[in-house]
Amino acid sequence: MTSRRILMALAAPVSAFVFSVLISSVVLLAVGTSPIAAWAELLSFGTRLETLVETGNRATPLYLAGIAVAVGFRMNLFNIGVEGQYILGALLAASAGAAVNLPAPLHVLLILVVAMTVAATFSGLAGYLKVTRGVHEVISTIMLNAIALSMVGYLMRTWLSDPEDTSLNLKTPEIPESGRFPNLNGLVEAFTRDIKGGRELGGFLLVAVLVGILFHLFLTRTRAGYDLRITGLNPFAAEASGVDPKATVLRAMLLSGAVAGLVGMPEILGDDFKFDLSFTKGLGFAGIAVALIGRNHPAGIAVGALLFGWLDSAAPILDVRGDAPREIVSILQGVVVLTAVVAYEVVSRVRRAQEARDAATASARSDAGGTP
Amino acid sequence: MSTVPLRESRVLRWMLMALGVIIVLSLTQELARPETTDLVSAGTAASTLRRAVPILLAGLGGIWAERAGVVNIGLEGMMVLGTWFGAWGALEFGPWWGIAIGIAGGAAGGLLHAVATVGFGVDHIVSGVAINILAPGITRFLSREFFSNRPGGGITQSPRVESVGHVDIPFLSGGDLFGWSTPDIFGWLADRGWFIVSDVFAVASGVTSNISWATLLALLLVPATVFVLWYTPFGLRVRASGEHPVAADSLGVNVYRMKYTAVVVSGGMAGFGGAFIAIEQTGIYREAQTQGRGFIGLATVIFGNWRPVGAFLGSLLFGFADALQLRDRTAVHALLLLAGVAVGVAALRALKQHRLSTAGILLLVTAPMLWWYAVTDKVMGELPPVTPHIVTLLVLVLATSRLRMPAANGLRYRRGQE
Repeated sequence: MTSRRILMALAAPVSAFVFSVLISSVVLLAVGTSPIAAWAELLSFGTRLETLVETGNRATPLYLAGIAVAVGFRMNLFNIGVEGQYILGALLAASAGAAVNLPAPLHVLLILVVAMTVAATFSGLAGYLKVTRGVHEVISTIMLNAIALSMVGYLMRTWLSDPEDTSLNLKTPEIPESGRFPNLNGLVEAFTRDIKGGRELGGFLLVAVLVGILFHLFLTRTRAGYDLRITGLNPFAAEASGVDPKATVLRAMLLSGAVAGLVGMPEILGDDFKFDLSFTKGLGFAGIAVALIGRNHPAGIAVGALLFGWLDSAAPILDVRGDAPREIVSILQGVVVLTAVVAYEVVSRVRRAQEARDAATASARSDAGGTP
Repeated sequence: MSTVPLRESRVLRWMLMALGVIIVLSLTQELARPETTDLVSAGTAASTLRRAVPILLAGLGGIWAERAGVVNIGLEGMMVLGTWFGAWGALEFGPWWGIAIGIAGGAAGGLLHAVATVGFGVDHIVSGVAINILAPGITRFLSREFFSNRPGGGITQSPRVESVGHVDIPFLSGGDLFGWSTPDIFGWLADRGWFIVSDVFAVASGVTSNISWATLLALLLVPATVFVLWYTPFGLRVRASGEHPVAADSLGVNVYRMKYTAVVVSGGMAGFGGAFIAIEQTGIYREAQTQGRGFIGLATVIFGNWRPVGAFLGSLLFGFADALQLRDRTAVHALLLLAGVAVGVAALRALKQHRLSTAGILLLVTAPMLWWYAVTDKVMGELPPVTPHIVTLLVLVLATSRLRMPAANGLRYRRGQE
């Protein structure tokens, strides 16, 4: 029974991935390039240590964004606003971090707290409007996205950018040494060879793993997590059994925002040490994709984040070698998301039908046994 | 919406309302200090209309889908498809073909959404989000294949494309009629400098001269949508599928077919909106040029209470904000005065009706607005573009109880299952 369950659980993502590779191959054939050469190139470049390090770095914020989205999705609450939340959070956290000088762990902690608070304020506002005024969170978070991003523009132009810097690329002052996150190169190189090309594996990877574990524990071992899950499965049953729907919504939105605040942190704490106009955007939307692929499960999201991170890291080789346009990867990513959500739906329907059939045979058998 | 016939009185009421809005804006322009001339002008009016069109089309698309019970957050992605296919079609076959192919591209996105949500029963928002992720991937790849090898094109943009052409309305704005150039009545009245009257005609002139044929087509889709959805048996079936699909099914309506059709039409409208941005507004395809207008269109659906005319008004509001952003920033500053006074009046009304919490909120908004108006000369450039978003939030906060969406909107429907 359990082996069949695992098989069913894997059926959807694996078939979605295979299907997406097929579609992308057809597209490549259509434009006159060899898909086999392209995939082989991706695989051989993608298994180099440097590419894997890059994969880890790209997967870290994607994973955090995916978890942030999943916190809401688990109870059918759609926080589309992760995008605005993490960018505004990163800006304010970066300037707060540059403004103070504290002992190392405290300094990092302060930056994290600022980012999480700012992001949670925005998501919490959407949650508050939902429970008090019935404003649908999809619309409110989309509107708040635009508001947050325009606040970023305004704050950068007026107050928060480095006054000593006169170049056109506005940026916040740099965070001092004590507010930076260490990298994991020493740890990795102990097991493998030296990482070349000046690449560093960001230490925030460990934080992302920790957040994933905490999310899992929250869902499975706490009352609040249980409330959140059953509200997602059946809101009426949840309410009837004493779950306060408003508190659950508000809690989920706040939690989602707090995790969203972490999304920008790998870049601020481990890579750039400042917020500037080239700060990575779009992770909030990519996080939605990753959460959808991972079916809002901590382990599934990890697979999604690693897949997207790996594709992004390995794709540039296609242009270098000229075997295929690297943009094929964005088609692959898009198709994976859409086919994954369809595949999950199909599999769950098959499973439900299977269960109904099992129940029917079981009851038929007991009926048969019951008659003398 | 009830099915009362579309009386002339209603059209008249809309026109009076439009007149009222222009007069209020014109008065604001007269009173505001520092002075501004761009709040009510032919240029602002023309720009407002041009910028409202894509939002309007997305909004109409949203209405089509949601009236059939399918939430279409994928409008943004379908618009993105519209921009690319529109530009490509315009390059290959000419601008009108561009519009048509842009519509087809958006409709293809709509079909995808319909297959996922109606066919497979995927959650509507999940599927829409997935389409929003998929669409830019497709266009990025296609640009690489079809644009990057052309002069002026690249991975993120197309070469320049031609517009479908513009027209001055005969008699109103001096357009040609069978080779005879008619008098420009609106323009003449606008130039008189008569208090308020000339402002009204400046706006009228702005929206009737040098207007794109595609804009006219888009505007026609408002009455067309009203007619099809509310005055034909087909429209009744579509709306029944969004209100109570089980009941509709029991009366012999093919609910699946209605939903499929409506969502494909929805995608086509969004695609038109995208094509309009590329071909008419900017004359070029550029990556991410939709700038979330699909989402804004969705907001106008709610804003307009799931009615075409309401969505049209919402799109004008967004278009107005969009137009002002590129023009004089003292004009936006003048609007602070108007908004402050308007919110103040609303607060007093709420107070009179003993809705104390609403009055409190409104007073909290109005005071800083007026103060802000008094102490500054112009607002920061970041404000105008987000004003509509703030207004949308406020409308939703204050008026949700008066909005009513189709009863079965967003719900999964499987034939034979309650």
